[in-house]
Amino acid sequence: MARKQTLTKRISVTALAWLFSGAIFFPIYWMVITSFKTELAAFSTPPTFLFFDWTIENYETVQTRSNYLHHAMNSVILAGGSTLLALLIAIPAAWAMAFAPTDRTRGTLLWMLSTKMMPPVGVLVPIYLIYRDFGLLDSRIGLVILLCLGNLPIVIWMLFTYFKEIPKDILEAARMDGATVTKEIIYVLAPMSLPGIASTLLLNVILAWNEAFWTLNLTTSDAAPLTTFIASYSSPEGLFWAKLSAASTLAIAPILIIGWLSQRQLVRGLTFGAVK
Amino acid sequence: MSTRETRAVGRLLVAPSVILLFLWMIVPLALTIYFSLLRYDLLNPGMETFAGLDNYYWFLTDPAFSTALANTLMLVGAVLVITVVGGTLFALLLDQPVFGQKVLRLMVIAPFFVMPTVSALVWKNLLMHPVSGLFAWIANSLGLTPVDWFAEVPLLSVILIVAWQWLPFATLILLTALQSLDEEQKEAAEMDGAGAIPFFFYIVLPHLARPITVVILIETIFLLTVFAEIFVTTGGGPGLQTTNIAFLVYAQALLQYDVGGASAGGIVAVVLANIVAFFLVRIIGKNLEA
Amino acid sequence: MGNIRLEAVHKAFGGVNVIPGIDLDIEDGSFVVFVGPSGCGKSTLLRLIAGLEDVTSGRIFIDGANVVDLPAARRGLSMVFQSYALYPHMSVRNNIGFGLKMAGQPKDEIKRKVEAAAASLNLTQYLDRKPGQLSGGQRQRVAIGRAIVREPKAFLFDEPLSNLDAALRVNMRLEIASLQKKLGTTAIYVTHDQVEAMTMADKIVVLNAGNVEQVGSPIELYERPANLFVAGFIGSPKMNLITGAPASSLGAETIGVRPEHLVAARDGEGWKGRIAVAEHLGSDTFLYVEVPGVGTLTSRTVGELGFKAGESVVLIPDAKRIHRFDKTGKAIR
Repeated sequence: MARKQTLTKRISVTALAWLFSGAIFFPIYWMVITSFKTELAAFSTPPTFLFFDWTIENYETVQTRSNYLHHAMNSVILAGGSTLLALLIAIPAAWAMAFAPTDRTRGTLLWMLSTKMMPPVGVLVPIYLIYRDFGLLDSRIGLVILLCLGNLPIVIWMLFTYFKEIPKDILEAARMDGATVTKEIIYVLAPMSLPGIASTLLLNVILAWNEAFWTLNLTTSDAAPLTTFIASYSSPEGLFWAKLSAASTLAIAPILIIGWLSQRQLVRGLTFGAVK
Repeated sequence: MSTRETRAVGRLLVAPSVILLFLWMIVPLALTIYFSLLRYDLLNPGMETFAGLDNYYWFLTDPAFSTALANTLMLVGAVLVITVVGGTLFALLLDQPVFGQKVLRLMVIAPFFVMPTVSALVWKNLLMHPVSGLFAWIANSLGLTPVDWFAEVPLLSVILIVAWQWLPFATLILLTALQSLDEEQKEAAEMDGAGAIPFFFYIVLPHLARPITVVILIETIFLLTVFAEIFVTTGGGPGLQTTNIAFLVYAQALLQYDVGGASAGGIVAVVLANIVAFFLVRIIGKNLEA
Repeated sequence: MGNIRLEAVHKAFGGVNVIPGIDLDIEDGSFVVFVGPSGCGKSTLLRLIAGLEDVTSGRIFIDGANVVDLPAARRGLSMVFQSYALYPHMSVRNNIGFGLKMAGQPKDEIKRKVEAAAASLNLTQYLDRKPGQLSGGQRQRVAIGRAIVREPKAFLFDEPLSNLDAALRVNMRLEIASLQKKLGTTAIYVTHDQVEAMTMADKIVVLNAGNVEQVGSPIELYERPANLFVAGFIGSPKMNLITGAPASSLGAETIGVRPEHLVAARDGEGWKGRIAVAEHLGSDTFLYVEVPGVGTLTSRTVGELGFKAGESVVLIPDAKRIHRFDKTGKAIR
């Protein structure tokens, strides 16, 4: 791994890197391209990569025929609602664990983590039956609660690792200035750890947006987010590729952008602070 | 800085999280265990009878279980190999000074943000379709016979899709770890005259050992419960060829309405996941003390 | 008012007694310095008074009221931290005014007080900056401004000058001392630097391993150290401590002579030795003299007397200024 690279070597490594990275990215590129083709062109051989008649009719059809916006709205509500709810519960808890630890804090943190490791199928049956009996199947509120609980351990963990980096002197100074715990959190801790809170929020929006076990099993139409909506394209095979691509592009675009923006913080959140 | 008073407030503030997670984990899990001991048909409610360990017996001796277990292990193992090896190579490649490094990074991590239903359907239709898919066209152009992916090698197809989703995760984490390998260490190794190969095996690989372990464990937890990709592509078929434990439990419960059997399967899945979780929690816990 | 009294204050972390038990009286308006080597428990003691840590047992009275069960926020004290602990996201104005805001004072009242405090600390032109845009000394002033603006019962200083460079430290030392005199507010100041302690304090509390070794005015401590620890800790350069024959001849286990009370001469009655190092500071000269059978002694002589390393010299102690200590290290009076 020589540090001083010749230009030739650098160019060849660059070519190699672009080749492989391009291959990884290709399915997404292909999906986006296909979404701008007519159904006929999407299906034709040989495939066209750039030079075809670009059209946006698929995007129009997706909305008019299948009420895309309704599902997109559900995704926003489920991902946003569950994340905000989780933050509300997690910020005070993470404050306590970072700044007022007890002998049991470490054990509690690891226990919370272990709840995240329980496979959802292990509780599918009772959750399904409970939701059925309480009329929560295919309801937004039911899913918001479920997604919130599912991600709560990650939210607490991420916030905990961010809060740990705030010098405790500053919180003590607030305390000496007469601030109660609530005010200490609102006026000092939260503004100081805003970047950390923001990246926690983003990661959890991503996870909740893409969650596809509970949403597939517990929603059908009213509360169905984009994951469920896209899954409905799986049955009439072959005929709606361009529309499938258009719907898919719309479904992943916001999250892809959020993901790209928060990629540096993702590692810490995804590994519970084990890799920074 | 903690006093009795702040610790008391602290306990009060942790309590909601602990109670909620406790309810979310213990109550359904207890119910699952309870159901797993019953003969319980969703179509005949009110007819439940105590079944002892029968459900476990039937579930574990059902040939579907051994097939599903084999499929699960195959899926987890293959995806792990592809993503860890591929991720390490990608991370090494992207750690080199190449032109457009930032753009490449964005391209490589993108698949991780694609929702499972989208990636499964895009791969199944746009790429793997035996007649009009891109792979078929490539095969034809090369004079080969196109593969009918989901008919001929269904499990491999699912593995490819899932591996594509998780390769970015491994790459991103290993790349971050590589970048924390400090420059001086690299230079010291260079001064010692270490070539590229020994440098990799004696310096880089040991440095990556921990992140790789973390990647393996976290991926395993998610891969044990792969569901959506199977649900929208093969529905577990053909036959049972792509049924994993998660899908088997789902099918037992919501397609065959056998609550007791599905619950027994759920418990089996929990036990499997806990074996992995045990090691992961220990690694993360160690890190917590540092 | 700001009268602080500690009664049998005891603090243990885990099983370790950091402070085995301290009684102390701090009069209103006085400037008290807790001094001692690192790990002696001085910061812990300050944090116990502040309410940032619990006492394990014992009582702390502020103006006659026992405050051990009151949280830090309600003890009416203010603190200047070693790291300054300014709120990085707030302007200087909001940093100084935060305590008043928490106390629910009206906005124009806060503005008036903050501006007055800023003016007295020469911070007026920086009021709208963030702490990150200030120099170390300016941050220090903001921290002090934050402490004084609330008109607390007492100021607590936790090694506030240790992050400043030497020149600034001397300035701030004077400034803090004169500000405290002007306001007449009780101050407790923690430091490991005995020069700070000597120059600033009305009363010094010397701490060692969680115990109070001696309490007294700077001059008392200097002239009449109660024990070997205080004798060795207060004064720079350190007091010469001599054991063996010279000590036992005076009926003590150890005797101590400060360098300034050890006169160096070409000849005479005293300890004969050879100069190992001579440090010429201009106003003073420090001689490090190796005396056979006694050890290396330090002598401080005024001005230039022309001593050089390697020369022989006689050290003559001022007989009235010899400190005697018994086996347990206590001073024999």
